[in-house]
Amino acid sequence: MQCQECGERSATLHYTKIINGEKTEFHLCESCAREKGEQMPGIDGSFSIHNLLSGLLNLDTSISEGQHQVHDETPSMGVRCPTCGLTYTQFSKIGRFGCSDCYQAFDDRLDPLFRRVHGHTSHRGKVPHRTGGRLKIRREVEQLKQDMSRRIENEEFEEAARIRDRIRSLQEKLAGQGG
Amino acid sequence: MSLKRFTEHALSEWMRGKGPQSDIVISSRVRVARNLSGLPFPMLATSAQSSQVVRRVEEALYAAKELPVLKEAELIRMDDLSELEKRVLVEKHLISPQLAEESRHGAVVLSKDEAISIMINEEDHIRIQVLYPGFQPQEAWRIANQLDDWFEKHLTYAFSEQTGYLTSCPTNVGTGIRASVMVHLPALAITKQLSRLFPAITQVGLAVRGIYGEGSEALGNLYQVSNQVTLGQREEEIIDKLASVVKQMIQHEQSARRRLAEGTPIQLEDRLYRSYGVLSQARVISTKEAMERLSDLRLGIDMGILSDIDANVMNELIVMTQPGFLQQYAQERLDSQERDIRRAVMIRERLHHEGTEDEQ
Repeated sequence: MQCQECGERSATLHYTKIINGEKTEFHLCESCAREKGEQMPGIDGSFSIHNLLSGLLNLDTSISEGQHQVHDETPSMGVRCPTCGLTYTQFSKIGRFGCSDCYQAFDDRLDPLFRRVHGHTSHRGKVPHRTGGRLKIRREVEQLKQDMSRRIENEEFEEAARIRDRIRSLQEKLAGQGG
Repeated sequence: MSLKRFTEHALSEWMRGKGPQSDIVISSRVRVARNLSGLPFPMLATSAQSSQVVRRVEEALYAAKELPVLKEAELIRMDDLSELEKRVLVEKHLISPQLAEESRHGAVVLSKDEAISIMINEEDHIRIQVLYPGFQPQEAWRIANQLDDWFEKHLTYAFSEQTGYLTSCPTNVGTGIRASVMVHLPALAITKQLSRLFPAITQVGLAVRGIYGEGSEALGNLYQVSNQVTLGQREEEIIDKLASVVKQMIQHEQSARRRLAEGTPIQLEDRLYRSYGVLSQARVISTKEAMERLSDLRLGIDMGILSDIDANVMNELIVMTQPGFLQQYAQERLDSQERDIRRAVMIRERLHHEGTEDEQ
């Protein structure tokens, strides 16, 4: 069954509202239900991983509000993913991202969440093979740049020059592979 | 009929129990979550986008058929299965309840031996799962990793340098890996040591739960131990940590069994024999009682108290006496009373046909 609001996604939320004896049926997708500001029946009371998560997310908000009272929290809560349209507020309620671009859109608010759940904020594991070659080179370039500045600070200019040449050749390699 | 093969052929490889440490470890599983770049996650995907995901995986699968492990694999769409057939797949741990009940354009790729199941359009676009008997999480990861590499040749994953593989739920981001081991801990339960063991396990970042996943009751002293952290550690570190904790659990269970065996009190021996008696004679039995009795039976076999019974009986029967399976076997819908009767019949038959290869 299609969602009666957007007519695009499948309806996952089905419920009947009875007001003054008048029955109205609703068939909505998760996203439109959020948009309409409807309460998700049965979800709030349940004890799912997503509820726990949204608890963590809301906790983050209250903590950051306490710490940075200069910042106005409201606009940032309303940040919207330009690709799928999910807002940060929706994300913090559902505990799930709408698409991979949400990670970018909510970027400045995710680190505390990741730290809480995983104890870390950056990936150290496997890298896809096809794109991995370039990523590996970029990681090496970053490392070499740090080395170079350290050498310069220590006035080890000869060594720094050698590292600079190495960085150049790696960057040419990257450019040669197309961007 | 290939569908019949998957849903009616009762035993998956992992239930045969021929793996390392299979006296304590029932099975090892590794699941890897992946999403395709450029498409919204299943929760927000349109029907057309979801069916595109299935199509793309199907094409990649076609190319991946060169892989020996996927040679006779098949893609099965949830829409083509009856409620009962889906339920059987859930009970065999080959798909999740979420894929069975809530997915749109949900599908699963199953290898012939059912060790590999790849769920499509569950919470993430792709979830590669490898399920092996006994204690072999490293081997399960090796195969899952290989499958992942293969798919990645044909599909572009949603990946970021900073955060790794991007998943629908932030609890899976990074490696997308969830490794779990199912253990049978009757001696630790009898000696009341579980309440001390479990908090320690949670403290090192692992989770313990019942065998049918989140929120399920721990029936038959069976527990699933799995990693919680997916970001900031390498896959091998995650697997090794889980393996080393499970190894310690195995040692604790073994020493508890040894201590029980040293001065096996007549009360314990009596309890194990009684359970055997109930299983081989009962006419009506609930899931809960069956699981508890089967746990006793298995402990009796492993401790050498009960002999001439195949140790796999428990592994097979815990799945085969589930509601979906019983109904599939009976070829009809059964209410809960009828299921309790059929369950007793199935257990009696299995115990009496001991040693024969074919239980049809």
